[in-house]
This record gives sequence, structure tokens and C-alpha cells, in this order.
Amino acid sequence: MRNFIYNFHLKFQLIAVLIAFNGYVFSQDLNLIDDNDTEEKTYTIATFKTNRIVNGHSIETFAKNEFDFKISHRFGIVNNGFYDLFGLDQASMRMGGDFGITDNLNIGFGRSTVEKTYDGFVKYKFLKQSIGPKPIPLTGVFMSHMGINTLKWSHPERNNLFSSRLHFTHQLLLARKFSKNFSAQITPTLTHLNIVKNNNLSNDVFSVGIGARQKLFTRVSVNFEYFYVFPDQLESNSSNALSMGFDIETGGHVFQLFFTNAYSPFEKGFITDTKGKWIDGDVRFGFNIARIFDF
Amino acid sequence: MKKSTILFLATLSFYAFMNHGGGIYKTNTGNISFYSHTPIEDIRAVNHKVKTAFSSESGQLQFSCLIKDFEFKKALMQEHFNENYMESTTFPKATFNGNIKSIAAIDFSKDGTYTSEVIGKLTIKDVSKEVATTGTFVVSNGVVNAKATFNVNPYDFNVKIPKMVAPKISKSIEISVDSDYTHNH
Repeated sequence: MRNFIYNFHLKFQLIAVLIAFNGYVFSQDLNLIDDNDTEEKTYTIATFKTNRIVNGHSIETFAKNEFDFKISHRFGIVNNGFYDLFGLDQASMRMGGDFGITDNLNIGFGRSTVEKTYDGFVKYKFLKQSIGPKPIPLTGVFMSHMGINTLKWSHPERNNLFSSRLHFTHQLLLARKFSKNFSAQITPTLTHLNIVKNNNLSNDVFSVGIGARQKLFTRVSVNFEYFYVFPDQLESNSSNALSMGFDIETGGHVFQLFFTNAYSPFEKGFITDTKGKWIDGDVRFGFNIARIFDF
Repeated sequence: MKKSTILFLATLSFYAFMNHGGGIYKTNTGNISFYSHTPIEDIRAVNHKVKTAFSSESGQLQFSCLIKDFEFKKALMQEHFNENYMESTTFPKATFNGNIKSIAAIDFSKDGTYTSEVIGKLTIKDVSKEVATTGTFVVSNGVVNAKATFNVNPYDFNVKIPKMVAPKISKSIEISVDSDYTHNH
């Protein structure tokens, strides 16, 4: 019996030697490279397709020296029916450009037909989602927006102050790309109106935005955005801006086609001046067209 | 029992010896660049963090690089490259495993310039294809510089290009490899 075990061992060892030798001589698949990745810090890219979700900003910033030319339209309300071609007879328009001073610091300017508003913003990305060592779960951006209403004074005989024309919106944008297809964002927002219609309305309006995108195809995503304004700050007939649409990307262009109840394309407007209610069909078709130029 | 122990140790040492069999040249800072030329647009990118090694005995040659490490001049192009074309979160790596055919003709102890056919399997987006090219090997002070150029068709590697963009992307993208290998003891 002992002899048998011994023989067995011997044979086994011989076979092992042969296999080892065999493996060495004929194998083409030796691993010469130590390819067990010492995990590198990798920043998440493309959380959203462009720097707007629908109306509001996304956490995306343009890279240094990129200039993004944007034209936005929001048409009239859809439920006026065929007479207005479902709202296409009227439109508000904003034309603007956003520029990357650095990869993390962007500025932008624009002019809207709504209240003949000139507006500008500064946006700074202070936190970047990453994987690898010391991963960061979120991307954080601070955005500050200012608008100037340049309509003629409705009561020119009064002592009108320039400061009455100004409004400001400050946002903290926090977003996470949960998977390669799904991203979500939460946006605590403070809007300051230098002038309000009456004493019952507050000059500071607090709201919180939520936004999300789900990619349908490589270059197409469906987007959702909602700004919840905390109660008792605005006129009672105000409503919250709710928007849904698609991002379609074609090389240097991004087309955003959407439905929204907001008429105004800038922050103060769509957060505090939205009156239309989805439930009543006060919905508008709109689009943003963006083209990136590289300098 | 004793005999078997000796055999066992012999196997082990044999194994160890074979795997240590010198002649591995490697680097973690190899360079791979690509160049897509069309009348409309030229696209270039370079990766400086390529891991590559070869055996001066068997001639086996390997490359491995992360897709996200390709650097473009335009940030938006880099984003589209990773996000839309290469899908680098799903397919993070490109690899090559092949052979330097005339390895025996290269004298690594002496400075000089040699050429050899290199044939192997290039894997991008989990699609493997045989590629063949001529490599130039310059031995200088024990450092081996290897250069090679070959062309690939993005459509062969499951890279989906929308019709609108197709005229801007070459069907024969030139890939250049340039690495300085040092002997690994």
C-alpha cells in the first residue's frame, strides 16, 4: 500500500514537471506586464450632455477656451390649439454664450426677449466626482446669476432706481452620475429680487431644483427638471417649473427639445415668474441649440 | 518519500528558475498615439502611460493601456472619444499580445539598430484582430527604444460612428508606438 502511494506521488511529480516545462516552452500567454491596476484616480465625465438640464444649469462646465453659443426658444402654450399652431406663433428667445476661463470656472452672458433682460453668470466647480483612491461621490458647483430688466419704466414719473432692475440667483449644484446612463442633481437655490410687487411678497425666494437624465442611446438622453419653490414666498397663482425633454448630441452640437410650463429662459424668470400649470395644459414646447467653438 | 521530496523541490526550483529566466524589458511610460486624417478634420491623441514589456528570449511582446489616458487637444473630443466611441467605462483597456519575429537577431548587449516583423493580436472594445507591422529597435546603453506604425479601421473594433460624423473620421487610423524599455532583473 505504501509503495502504491509512493509510486503515485512520483508519477504525480513527474507529470507536474512535464506540465510546468510544457507550459514554459509553448505558452504564448505569459503575462509580462503587471496589469493589476494600481487604481488610479479617475474623474467622472459627461454627467450631463451640456451645461443645462432643461432651463436650469447642470454641473457641467466647459473646458478652458471653449465657447458655447446657445439659442433658446420657449413657444406659446400648446393648448391654444391649431389657431396658434400649438404655440409656435409666439416665442421667447434668449441668445447667449458661455465661456470656459478654466476647466472649472465658466462665465456666460445672454439677452432674452423676456423683460428685455441682459443676464450673466459665474460658475465654479469646486468638487469633482471620482473613483479610485479617496473617491468622491458627488460633483459640486456654485453658480451665481444676475439679470437686468431693461423694459421702459412702467411709471416713468416716479423716482425709479436702477437697482430695481436687478435680480440675482445663487445655486449650489450637487450631482452624481450613478451609472453610465443615469445622473441626478439637486440644486438648492436662492433668488433675490431687488423689487417685488407688494409687501406680502418676499425679496428672497428659496427653492430647490431636482434634475435627472437617463440616456436612451449613446447620443440621446431624456431629461427631467423640477424647481420646488417653498410656500408663501410668491404670488398665489405661481406654479413650479416642471420640464421634460430630450438631449440630442451630434458632434459639436447639442439640441435640447423639451416641454415646460416656464416661459422665461433665465433663472429668476422660470423660478419665480412661472404661472402655467401642466394640469391645465399650460405647457410650452421649447428648445436650446448649442454649438461649441474651440479657441 | 525522500525521493519524492527531492523531486518536489526540484520542480519548484525549476519553476522559479524558468520564470526568472532574465531578459524581460519593460516600461510603464510607453507612448501610443493615433492620427485620423480626413480632408475635413485631423484628429490626434496620445497616451503616455502605456504599460509594455517584451522578452528578449522568446520575443513575446505585450502592450496594455487605458483608453481614458488618451489626451486630445480639445476636451470635448476627449469626452466624446471616451463616452460615445470607445465607451471607456465598459471597455477600459486596449491590449496587444504578440511576437517580435527576429528577436534572436537582436543583440541587446551591443548598441545598434535592428528591424523585425511584429505580429500579434490587438484587442480594442473586446474585439481582437491580428495586426502585423515592422518594428525598429534601437539598443543604446542597455535601453531599447522600439517604434512601430500600423493602421486600423475603427469599424473593425465595434466603434460605432454616426453617418453625420463619418466623413470626419478616417477608416484607416494610423497608430504609432514609441517606447523606451529598460532591462528588468
